[in-house]
Amino acid sequence: MIRYLIRRLLLTIPVMLGVATLVFALIHLVPGDPAQAMLGEGASQEEVLKLRHSLGLDRPLLTQYRSFLVGIAHGDLGTSFRYNGPVTTQIREKFPNTASLALAAMAFAILFAIPLGILAAVFKGTAIDHAAMTIALVGISMPNFWLGPLLAILFAVRLGWLPVSGIGGLSHLILPAVTLGAALSAILARMTRASLLEELRELYVLAARARGFSGTRAVLRHAFRNSLIPIVTIIGLQFGAVLTGTIITETIFAWPGIGRLLIQAINFRDYPLVQGCILFISVTYVTMNLITDLTYGFLDPRIRFE
Amino acid sequence: MVRLGGIIVAIALFAAIAGPFLYPYDPSMQELSRRLEAPTLAHPLGLDELGRDILARLLQGARISLLVGLAVVSVSSVVGMVFGSMAGYFGGRVDDVISRVIDVLMAFPGILLAIALVAVLGPSLVNVVLALSVIGWVGYARLVRGQALRAREFEFVQAARACGASSARIVLRHVLPTAIPAVVVQATLGMAGAIIAEAALSFLGLGVQPPTPSWGTMLDAGRAHLFDAPHLTIFPGIAIATLVLGFNFLGDGLRDHVDPKTIR
Repeated sequence: MIRYLIRRLLLTIPVMLGVATLVFALIHLVPGDPAQAMLGEGASQEEVLKLRHSLGLDRPLLTQYRSFLVGIAHGDLGTSFRYNGPVTTQIREKFPNTASLALAAMAFAILFAIPLGILAAVFKGTAIDHAAMTIALVGISMPNFWLGPLLAILFAVRLGWLPVSGIGGLSHLILPAVTLGAALSAILARMTRASLLEELRELYVLAARARGFSGTRAVLRHAFRNSLIPIVTIIGLQFGAVLTGTIITETIFAWPGIGRLLIQAINFRDYPLVQGCILFISVTYVTMNLITDLTYGFLDPRIRFE
Repeated sequence: MVRLGGIIVAIALFAAIAGPFLYPYDPSMQELSRRLEAPTLAHPLGLDELGRDILARLLQGARISLLVGLAVVSVSSVVGMVFGSMAGYFGGRVDDVISRVIDVLMAFPGILLAIALVAVLGPSLVNVVLALSVIGWVGYARLVRGQALRAREFEFVQAARACGASSARIVLRHVLPTAIPAVVVQATLGMAGAIIAEAALSFLGLGVQPPTPSWGTMLDAGRAHLFDAPHLTIFPGIAIATLVLGFNFLGDGLRDHVDPKTIR
């Protein structure tokens, strides 16, 4: 297991370096002068030169790259042009909101989709199965930038049960979490059904039934436990989709997280903040995939020895 | 399912090509006195915040969605096939370099890189296509690389090599054709992905810019009128979801047809 762990960690280093390089390159892709673009056409030459200097754009490219990497290693992602303070401060402030939204969305997806998938598998071919899979299909096909406003129209505008936007108590979290978790729950429900159906065909389930276990017990105690490995993997791998989904969900519901911060930074042409948000989301994504891989390796010994 | 998908896509294609000619209203004509008007017989899907006919704008927007989808899929698949076949056929250092680039691009979650690219290049239709192609080619390259790795061991490929055929000829005439069915499936599913990504970018204000009608910008405009005119949000969403569902059905059906493992 240790060798697998070390090998997997070493494989992550070039990927992280590549991600950092790509994020570094972003500001150099800005057409014309990035400092001029940030300040607008009306800025004086002196202001542009001052900003170029403060962004370090007047230094040789390799020097800029080296100090960018050294900065990352020290947790320094530059200075936000809009907030006139460290990018890391902004990210640190907003991250708990994004994390709580992402976790609530995943909790909703798991609590809704796994029972749905189990029901669909146990009652395969019946109306329950068809209804469950239709719900899943709708969930996959509905983009979250449509589902969010629809839920807001129904539950906030028409029924008045939930607040339409902003942050506050649990009631503020429900609509964004359901919007963000809908696609994941659809994928999870289909995955749970497929994985459980495969296990239900195994002889050990038949043996459990033959030993007198009830159908429910055979499903939950035996088949479901073994079908969990692919489900756990999907949950881990889909974390990235949930993370990027926060960009749209936070924009719809005015949720003050990193996704909304990124869009605001883009609108203000605050490139250091854009770079910081993108780097942070990407590194979180790579780390989550690494944890998923390691968990998978831990759960299934065959992976470790491949 | 494949038939239903085909019908949906065919209707969308017809609506995009012929709709703006058959439907009497101009998508940019404004009737400010009737802004936000609910659906009526004269305007079946109602009017938007500037009094423009929503159905006319949806028909025009279908052109943008399909055009972006087609452009992204074409560019991504060609670039992906070139790099994927090079990586798979030549192997060694070429494969190492291309595979590492693929690993890095795949390390970026979904649409994030597209958002980043459009953010720095500026919002426009061309930049949306460019950004979505930059993330799109990777999937095709991985797919074709796998096929090319297998194909280079086939006897007919070895025979062509023994006959003295050049590498370019072997790749183009013998290796790539083995990957075409899988690429077609990927491209059909890729259309759905590109349409949804374009709508998402436009919704965030990073894609097609007003007054050009796009389904994503129409949804974005509807957000300000959730209380007084929900039809601004409902109809563009139905259009996006239906077209995406159509391409997904078509892609799934084609995959079942192409992949012998799924034929029961």
